[in-house]
Amino acid sequence: MTGLSFDVAHLLAGGLVLMSFTLLYQDRLSALINVFALHALVLALAVAWQAYVQHAPHLYVTAVIALAFKAIVIPLALHRIIRQLGIHREIETVVGVGPAMLVGIGLVALSMVVMLRVTEDADRLAREDLAFALSVVLLGLLMMVIRRNAVGLIIGFMSLENGLVLAAAGAKGMPLVVEISVAFSVLIAFIVIGVFLFRIRERFETIDIEALDRFREARE
Amino acid sequence: MTLYGLNAVHLVLLIPALAAATLALTPGYRLSARINTVAALATFLASASLFFHRPPAGNYLQVDDLSVVFIVLGAFVGFTTSLFSASYIAHEVEIGRLTPVRLRFYHAMYQVLMFGMNLALVSNNLGVMWVAIELATLTTVAMVGIYRTHEAIEAAWKYFILGSVGIALALFGTILVYVAAEPVVGQGLQSMVWTVLMTKVAAFDPALLNVAFVFLLLGYGTKVGLAPLHAWLPDAHAEGPTPISAVLSGLLLNVALYAVLRFKMLLAANHAALAPGPLMATMGLVSLVFAAFMLYRRRDIKRMFAYSSIEHMGIIAFAFGMGGPLANFAGLLHMTMHSLTKSGIFFTVGHIAQVKGTQRIADIRGLTVTHPVLGWALVVGVLAIAGLPPFGIFTSEFLVVTSTFARQPLLAAPLVFGILVAFGALLLRLQGLAFGEPSPGDAPATASYLPMVAHLGLVLAAGLYFPPLLTEWFQHVARMLG
Repeated sequence: MTGLSFDVAHLLAGGLVLMSFTLLYQDRLSALINVFALHALVLALAVAWQAYVQHAPHLYVTAVIALAFKAIVIPLALHRIIRQLGIHREIETVVGVGPAMLVGIGLVALSMVVMLRVTEDADRLAREDLAFALSVVLLGLLMMVIRRNAVGLIIGFMSLENGLVLAAAGAKGMPLVVEISVAFSVLIAFIVIGVFLFRIRERFETIDIEALDRFREARE
Repeated sequence: MTLYGLNAVHLVLLIPALAAATLALTPGYRLSARINTVAALATFLASASLFFHRPPAGNYLQVDDLSVVFIVLGAFVGFTTSLFSASYIAHEVEIGRLTPVRLRFYHAMYQVLMFGMNLALVSNNLGVMWVAIELATLTTVAMVGIYRTHEAIEAAWKYFILGSVGIALALFGTILVYVAAEPVVGQGLQSMVWTVLMTKVAAFDPALLNVAFVFLLLGYGTKVGLAPLHAWLPDAHAEGPTPISAVLSGLLLNVALYAVLRFKMLLAANHAALAPGPLMATMGLVSLVFAAFMLYRRRDIKRMFAYSSIEHMGIIAFAFGMGGPLANFAGLLHMTMHSLTKSGIFFTVGHIAQVKGTQRIADIRGLTVTHPVLGWALVVGVLAIAGLPPFGIFTSEFLVVTSTFARQPLLAAPLVFGILVAFGALLLRLQGLAFGEPSPGDAPATASYLPMVAHLGLVLAAGLYFPPLLTEWFQHVARMLG
């Protein structure tokens, strides 16, 4: 592992964490979707770099899937959905931007401490990659917690999956089975969610999760 | 024993896969229901043949003594549930809750679910197992939302979100196990094969394995329904079709537990890694006590039994967490008995909800008067699940409690407390449901009682006489689990 290739990998993985932070404070749905497209783009670059560095051509497939599917198709589809539903309005978060960023920083520190400590013997690149990947996963979880809106939840979940793909790409020689399955599961997951969104819109005229909760309370 | 080059392991995968494809193309729900039942029976027979002969392990598939128990139990519950489902959906179509198109989807999904669960159980590969459990989850999400009511969609949505988070955490854990294995086993497929990992795990980096196990326990633990990640379970059970509630409680929770057990075995074989037992035991105990209290506040009958499933999965996780031949044996026995009893109860509850037209506990009274068979079946089922003798659950709970007293008397206190609290809640509700002034709704049940009677009868028989052959088998598996 030469200095340059390590630095580039480091830069791209760090960029993904940065994009996760950017996702945290978006308060408009369309901006959120655009940032997610960037998130996926950075992921595609990071995975492609891993493919180049590890001489693992199958990783290019994963990179292309991330680029075509997550950075282009899904954002376009989501834009369409929110336009159809007419929800370009602001999205409320349960906690404010300040506290969310502070918690996010805490989570990144936590994942650094955990992953760097337990992977002392592992390859240097794999180590850093795993630490960044865990940060992205935890930030995705945080986003899912603080967003009340269904589209926000979906994007939080997809950014979490991006972290997983980063981890899988960083693990040297991990069989193709897994990468394809990750991409595939995202596809399936999206179809399922898509179906759900239409049903929810059909029945509720809203995709705000709190509206769902109200039905629940009325019943119990 | 091979059939045109296909062995029993291939068959338990091929039959559901082919059946799913056929059912997706079959119009007419009566025919589909029959195909569904026949396919489930064929799967069960193929899985039972694994007791006698099993093919050697490959890079992707393998069957050992542990997985056979899960596969056969799962295929049996899958078969009886398909029988119950056939009579259940006929009624749902009559009252117009389900349309033929949705039923076609439902039957195809049922077989996809069977395929996913069998694949998870016979997989010899961390990645394949993960994909299979993910597949099983997605199909159940689709089936929980099939009624398309507000509540059903909410339940499916909640299940989907929590399930996906769980499965994502499990994938991260899986990747970490690979990273731990890679320096020892080498790059590529071999580093994800169970049988290879088990022989070389002693040399893995223990710190990485520890972190991996935490992720895996949280991830797959969500599927098992362990607190605090259980929130999806009651909703999913209450709002989906009742056959799906039976399959969820009787099967899917077990499959997730199987994954946790596999990783527990992996960690136990590495002496420097942390002992996985205490973590599991703690989560189990918390789930047990929490669910026991939650049982008191339930208004919906299916929701109540869903909490009872959390309670029992807690006991099972606790037993496996304690470890040792006796506690593992008790855990295996309890898992088997719980699957049979709980799906039997859901069969009963499904019929009850259909004749009474409601799931609200307050609106169901005096069942033994209006529907003696259903009423008494419910009484038997609840007494069995509450852990009264002479049913099988009494035996297994007794074993869990005594083995805990012998080794960790302090832990036995919360365990017994939780079981007693749950016992009180169940009997309290049972009284209103089964006895007293009957509530309106005395339409005779048109359904087949066979699956219900078979399950409850088996649980009673197992309490009275447990075949020595099975005892030996379970003891052997319990020693394997360490």
